Amino acid sequence: MISRSIVPDAIARQPWHMLIPLMSLVSLGAAVLYSAAGGNLQPYALSHVMRFLIFLCMAIVISRFSRDFFRMAAYPVYGAIVVLLVLVEAIGAVGGGSQRWLNLGFMTLQPSELMKPAIVLVLARFYETLPHAMTASWRGLVPAGVLIGIPALFVMIQPDLGTALAICFGGAVTMFLAGLPLSWFIGAGATAAVVAPIAFFTLLHDYQRNRVLVFLDPESDPLGTGYHITQSKIAIGSGGFLGKGFGNGSQSHLQYLPESHTDFVFATMAEEWGMLGGLFVLFVFAIVLSWGLRVARRAPDRFSSLLAAGMSATIFFYVAINLMMVMGLAPVVGIPLPFMSHGGTSMLTNMICVGTLMAVNRWNRRPGSIS
Amino acid sequence: MKISFKRFFPQRHVSAGTLRNSFDRRSIVVGSIQGGVGVLLAARLGYLSIAQNAKYELQAESNRVNLSLIPPRRGWIMDRNGTPLASNRADFRVDLIPERVQDPAHTIQTLGKLLSLSPIAMQDLEDKLERARRFAPVEVASGLDWDTFAAVSVRLPDLPGVVTQRGFSRFYPLGPSVGHLIGYVGPASAEEYEKDRDPVLITPGYKVGKDALEKFYEKDLRGKPGARRVEVTASGRIVRDLDTREDVPGKTLKLTIDAGIQEYASRRIGPESAAVVVMDCQTGDILAMCSMPSFDPNSFSDGIGRLEWKMLSDDDHVPLRNKVLRGLYPPGSTVKPMVALSFMEAGLDPNESVFCGGGLRVGNRVFHCWNRRGHGSVNMAKGIYQSCDVYFYHFAQRIGMDPIAAMAGRLGLGKDFPLPVSGQSYGTVPNPAWKLKKYGKEWQTFDTVNATIGQGYFLVNPLQQAVQVSRIASGRIIMPRLVHGHEHEVAPSLGIPSDHLAYIHQAMSDVANGPGSARHAALPFPDIKLAGKTGTAQVVGLNIGSGKGGLWKHRDHGHFICFAPFDNPRYACAVVCEHGGGSPSAYPIARDVLTYIFDKQKGMDVLTELEKKWGGTPKERLDARYRTYSAQYGVGAPAVSAEEENRKLQGADTPQDPSQPIVRDAASPAPEPDPADQPPAAAATPSPSPTPTAPAPGNTGGNTP
Repeated sequence: MISRSIVPDAIARQPWHMLIPLMSLVSLGAAVLYSAAGGNLQPYALSHVMRFLIFLCMAIVISRFSRDFFRMAAYPVYGAIVVLLVLVEAIGAVGGGSQRWLNLGFMTLQPSELMKPAIVLVLARFYETLPHAMTASWRGLVPAGVLIGIPALFVMIQPDLGTALAICFGGAVTMFLAGLPLSWFIGAGATAAVVAPIAFFTLLHDYQRNRVLVFLDPESDPLGTGYHITQSKIAIGSGGFLGKGFGNGSQSHLQYLPESHTDFVFATMAEEWGMLGGLFVLFVFAIVLSWGLRVARRAPDRFSSLLAAGMSATIFFYVAINLMMVMGLAPVVGIPLPFMSHGGTSMLTNMICVGTLMAVNRWNRRPGSIS
Repeated sequence: MKISFKRFFPQRHVSAGTLRNSFDRRSIVVGSIQGGVGVLLAARLGYLSIAQNAKYELQAESNRVNLSLIPPRRGWIMDRNGTPLASNRADFRVDLIPERVQDPAHTIQTLGKLLSLSPIAMQDLEDKLERARRFAPVEVASGLDWDTFAAVSVRLPDLPGVVTQRGFSRFYPLGPSVGHLIGYVGPASAEEYEKDRDPVLITPGYKVGKDALEKFYEKDLRGKPGARRVEVTASGRIVRDLDTREDVPGKTLKLTIDAGIQEYASRRIGPESAAVVVMDCQTGDILAMCSMPSFDPNSFSDGIGRLEWKMLSDDDHVPLRNKVLRGLYPPGSTVKPMVALSFMEAGLDPNESVFCGGGLRVGNRVFHCWNRRGHGSVNMAKGIYQSCDVYFYHFAQRIGMDPIAAMAGRLGLGKDFPLPVSGQSYGTVPNPAWKLKKYGKEWQTFDTVNATIGQGYFLVNPLQQAVQVSRIASGRIIMPRLVHGHEHEVAPSLGIPSDHLAYIHQAMSDVANGPGSARHAALPFPDIKLAGKTGTAQVVGLNIGSGKGGLWKHRDHGHFICFAPFDNPRYACAVVCEHGGGSPSAYPIARDVLTYIFDKQKGMDVLTELEKKWGGTPKERLDARYRTYSAQYGVGAPAVSAEEENRKLQGADTPQDPSQPIVRDAASPAPEPDPADQPPAAAATPSPSPTPTAPAPGNTGGNTP
């Protein structure tokens, strides 16, 4: 009853200048998936659009939540997801194999995905409550490090390097924006430069190490892991400026391009829509992400600004790593392209981020209100 | 950033305001980094799709389009009248490319079920797969019907490495009759591919010539492969045809062979191990060149299976040897017309006679005439038509070996000829210089004596005998020819006076039509007369066997050389019947072949009767034999290693230099069986000359396992 009176108002107040480009991006994604399925709405395109619409409703619902609700929910949500991560790990160990998702009966849930927005949320909450003077001390660093480290470790041993990196990235950006001393980041960067090679040879699984090696020289393994990168570059490069035309992508249609509807959907798109399509995708992401940052900068308080900036950084991480991967600038890590790749969990995570941004946006317009 | 550096200094004042400031600055940094990454991605995108567009477009195209070669249709081989001896049959085939097969055992099982392969065929397939080079296609089956072909085709996505194809396969209508003449085709071996890097060689379904004419004219017969461009998926499934370039068939090869005569002669040989050569003695055109028993070239094209191999190598009649070119035999009495010509040229009056009492003492040995009872007074003509050995013993001592050897050379014995064949064994025409060089021993009188009756060191092949009789018939230097269509030049004369030739022709005619040694050789036509000469060549000494019965490999070789019509020579024919037990095994073949040439119906009537006795045509008998073998051995035949197969195939082909043991004694000729019921002379007198004559090259090869 209440909602009925609110709907027109809610619709009118949505950030349409962001949502319309986003919808056109999802539509492009749906078109690409339609083509990738050989000119069929099933099995990808239709469910892609349906999911977007469902999760958009969810995002709108999220945006209705109050700031205090977010504040209150931060730690419980974080804790619950860590428990789920442990549970996944335990079930995997019992089942005798690595597992990343929980089967809830009606859907499979990948807790590591949910951790990406959750880590931003919990860190925003943490730095809000941290006395300002302590920001530059160890007390501003160690608890945050633990908050990031626990889920990252669990995701890492799943093993899912891509998601672990995404969690770390989201957390690190939030910490950076929280005002931790720059020298720490430089120091951490330097340490990483030293530790990374060691970790590369000790911590990484063989297939992960191999992916990195092959990334450095894709032609060394043209039929194995390098095949993905090579075929993806062929798909993008052969598209040219205007592309081969809708439905004419040979790389995807003849199955040369692996994962043409998920991780490599950008290559599928670029083959048919060309560089023009690629620029459009970049343009939409620029709109969405810059809107996200603007929301963060306009946010009145520390919690909302860190939350918004962290969420847009999480989306950015997805976009940047995925696009670098398909264009041969990063090793193959299983990270889908937001709003274009077919896949429920990735859409869910990204729409949670968008919903949170919309919430902060709503708070901005009514500063101080706690509705 | 300038202020950021201040963070290096400890104990800064941190308040909500400074944190807000820091957030504002740092969000700009984050935003700029994001923007920077965006620009980097856009640049990368531009680099890939604009700067490198051409390169990737090419790669996408080479992904998408699969160019497959269509094996060219092999050129036909035709006889002189245009009848195909080797043609192509459209068929459906299935091949296997070993390097693409993922699970060989499963693939073979599935194919076996789909194609209902017999256990023997499965075994052969496994052998072939094991032996094949990774890239070289292995034939699984050909000549399939549409339903079977379709059944395999629809399962292709589950059977990586299996290739189905519509193509052409080689077909030899005459089957075993042309096995040795034409050869056969088969998938290119690794060595062949290394020598000739033509990619068509490893195209599934392409066969190269493996023997004889197919091998010799490989380049001409090959043609140019066509190409088919198809769109394929990453897993190799064909989506659609893009375009097709037709193949250019190989050139047609027209032979001098007459298919009818070739087939008739091959079939007429029957169960014997024999060679027949028929030549046009005016032009040198080879009309038939048969060596039987033979193999069926049609069944060789998919490789030689274990059982097939066992069957062929068990056969002591050596079906893998082309006896026309590679078989060497002591010519026996067939050299007598040639020897007589050399006598006349040396000035001997043909009417000069010698008394034959059944033998002649030379030095301290007695050389027997085949007719131990003697021929009485013998002149040259009688020496030929009665084949009296004493006549030749006597005059050869007077004339000497050198003129005889020279005449043998002029008539083509001991020579090889410029023919498109992969090898000829040219044998031996012995003379004193040759013996000295080979054995370091002086020529002895008994050597001359042996040579005049075609024994001792004398070895010839059936082709040489055909050339010899052609030259005797025409008086010209006839050169044998296999390929049709060259301009005929009248062959130059041998330089033998025509009265000499006429005398010899008459004597040879008397062999069949007069009081000669082969009166049953006469043709069944009143107006066409055949002139010939019999020959019986000993294989072992008379102390081991009479040459007429007993062990097959101890029997005498039977020879017959002839030409017809006697008064206007047109056709020359030479027959060698390996271990046939003497000339009576040979001349009926020659007679019937010539009968067929002049009257096809008459010839076929005789053959039909005979084949009823023998159990069918050579093809039918070969098939029956195969069935017996498969019932007897099944999959139990031993595997043949590639080396062994190669060695045997080549071994059967290699010009043999038969170990000619040094001859120390006279080779008494085996009694020439006479139509007039000659009692076997071997029983009459034990030979004083126990030394075996030079064994024919063939008589051991077939028995070694």
